[in-house]
Amino acid sequence: MGVEPQFPPELGETEPASMLNPDGTLVAGQKTDMPPDQIVAALRLMLLGRIFDRRAFSLQRQGRFGTYSPVEGQEASVVGAAVSLDPERDWVAPQYREMAALVRHGLPLENFAMYFMGHPNGGRIPEDVNVLPVQIALAAQLPQAAGVAWALQRQGSDGVVVAFCGDGATSEGDFHEACNLAGVLRAPIVFVVQNNGWAISTPRRIQSASASFAVRGVGYGFPGVLVDGNDLFAVESAVSSAVARARAGDGPTIVETLTYRMGAHNTADDPTRYRSEEERAAWGERDPITRVKRYLAAEGVLDDAGADALADEVEGEIETALQHALDMAPPTASDLFDHTFATDSPRLAAQRQAWAAAAES
Amino acid sequence: MATMTMIEAIHQTLREEMTRDERVMLLGQDIGQLGGVFRATDGLQAEFGKDRVVDTPLAEAAIAGSALGLAAAGEIPVAELQFLGFTHQAFHQIGAQIARFRFRSKGRFNAQLVLRTPFGGNVRTPELHSDAFEALFTQTPGLKVALPATAHDAAGMLRTSIRDPDPVLFLEPLRGYRLVRDDVPEGDHTVPLGKARVAREGDDVTIVAWSAAVQVAERAAEKLAADGISAGVLDLRTLSPLDVETLASTVAATGRCVVVHEAPMTGGFAAEVIATLNDECFYDLEAPVARVTSPDTPYPLGALEEQYIPDVERLARTVRSVMELEA
Ligand SMILES: Cc1ncc(C[n+]2csc(CCOP(=O)(O)OP(=O)(O)O)c2C)c(N)n1
Repeated sequence: MGVEPQFPPELGETEPASMLNPDGTLVAGQKTDMPPDQIVAALRLMLLGRIFDRRAFSLQRQGRFGTYSPVEGQEASVVGAAVSLDPERDWVAPQYREMAALVRHGLPLENFAMYFMGHPNGGRIPEDVNVLPVQIALAAQLPQAAGVAWALQRQGSDGVVVAFCGDGATSEGDFHEACNLAGVLRAPIVFVVQNNGWAISTPRRIQSASASFAVRGVGYGFPGVLVDGNDLFAVESAVSSAVARARAGDGPTIVETLTYRMGAHNTADDPTRYRSEEERAAWGERDPITRVKRYLAAEGVLDDAGADALADEVEGEIETALQHALDMAPPTASDLFDHTFATDSPRLAAQRQAWAAAAES
Repeated sequence: MATMTMIEAIHQTLREEMTRDERVMLLGQDIGQLGGVFRATDGLQAEFGKDRVVDTPLAEAAIAGSALGLAAAGEIPVAELQFLGFTHQAFHQIGAQIARFRFRSKGRFNAQLVLRTPFGGNVRTPELHSDAFEALFTQTPGLKVALPATAHDAAGMLRTSIRDPDPVLFLEPLRGYRLVRDDVPEGDHTVPLGKARVAREGDDVTIVAWSAAVQVAERAAEKLAADGISAGVLDLRTLSPLDVETLASTVAATGRCVVVHEAPMTGGFAAEVIATLNDECFYDLEAPVARVTSPDTPYPLGALEEQYIPDVERLARTVRSVMELEA
């Protein structure tokens, strides 16, 4: 992997499945099922993540965004999983770096932007968009996702839930409880563990003495697979198989995507305090976007100019969304109270009134 | 005497207590190499080693629960929970276990441990990082709840907490970490748990506060002084144990009181303060005791924080109205 192995080999298989080499050639004997237009669509989503990161950082520095967590390096891991889903019937339960998966599923990009602007409308999820809210409390989305999968099962739907979490989040009790419950129910869910090597400053080896997160499936009675998380094709293949399995009623899968957080944990973090530039540089060689671009160019599907045009188009889409978000009227005191309950209690109604009066004075 | 910020005071005290007693050990998320997300433990792993300053897996229940086990077997753990908002993940260990360990074992065990955690709003943290949940923990008998408002008290109360035979939830105001700066005595400086502090003398009315709200109260008092109202500020410092005597005597002397906190109103600790004043000094009151709190809604995203949390203006307005009331 270009970095020092974290585990002695006797602890289990830690070599991830891969299909696409960093130079854009296919691994010998491998072939993706993704048609060219789907690969281009996936590249577009990966660019959406990468370019949005850049804008988010500059907006944060200008004081217009709050704390933001970048996805750079993990785009294939997010998008490979996202494109395996059917937004009409499937669900996404995100952690917080999975904007591209949410947008693919139908969440307006401007809502995601407003969330980081601290605007209450940032939490809004359109009626027909099957995603759970961005989750800040690590692993809390996982039991909920198991519940959504349970409901789909009860309702006789063939929908599937993809629940994302990080390597750090797997240490939470909620991770264990969700996997165990989903296993017992044979619930239609895929746990995508994005192992990006770090949980803020905590390295992967401190999270778990297990050889991989994928092997934990054994203890829950379902399969776990380890894939190169910087390889769009490998992630898509693994998650698509897991989704097909879940759809067929055969229960959950853990897909561990081995990837790397190229940026800081978030806009408040300084990674030079805890990790080396060499490690980062080694992972830079394995960039998920460059790989797909090289593949598409070699296949004659999209040349450099075409890829640049795609990036420009994405940039335009981001600017439009940001403009909508920035133009949104600032929230009022009344937004504090909205949606606390379906209807205000008398006491809450009195508080709402008092706050409105104070805002006017 | 040295002037320092709250975070420096906490850092220095941890370092001194680790030097004094080798049973004192630190555990938590990102506290080692990084020195904690707020740098409270900066450099301590390099100084004391990886077995005394331990980066744990990301699991609050395991941090709190293992702290209890460490204490049971004779260590003195000082655990950092990254934010009070994530103590929910450890609540069963704190509420049902740590708090009643002594009680359940008929004194065979005690939980000499400290859970340090930052909290409080108006610093534009992400969702779930800002809530003031202190009252959840005052409903868990057996646990002390300390909330220093100054660097002086952060140092003195942390030292006392580490030495206290019972478990202490030590709540540190995020907003004050670097903004609050004052004098901390050198040497074995301790501040008892359960002694309120008169932060400002005043004859007409007493503002009761704790943690970051103390500074809001002091600024409001300043403003009110300009209008000819002499408002005192009482910093409770610990909610458990509660210094009933100082609370009652201070409020009895002015006859008027306003309690301020960042938590929502219903079930907030102001309710306990007001009930206590009713019990202790009702006949000395010249007006009903008022409270200034956040509304009974979840903590909002950043753009609404300022409207949510009590500010100087809202507090001063309430104090003025209390001055006009008659009991
Ligand atoms: C329950 C909980 N505890 C602590 C935190 C503080 N925190 C935010 S992100 C983070 C690290 C998360 O690591 P990981 O799950 O690997 O995801 P990554 O950020 O690497 O994508 C921590 C400790 C939190 N948000 N929630």
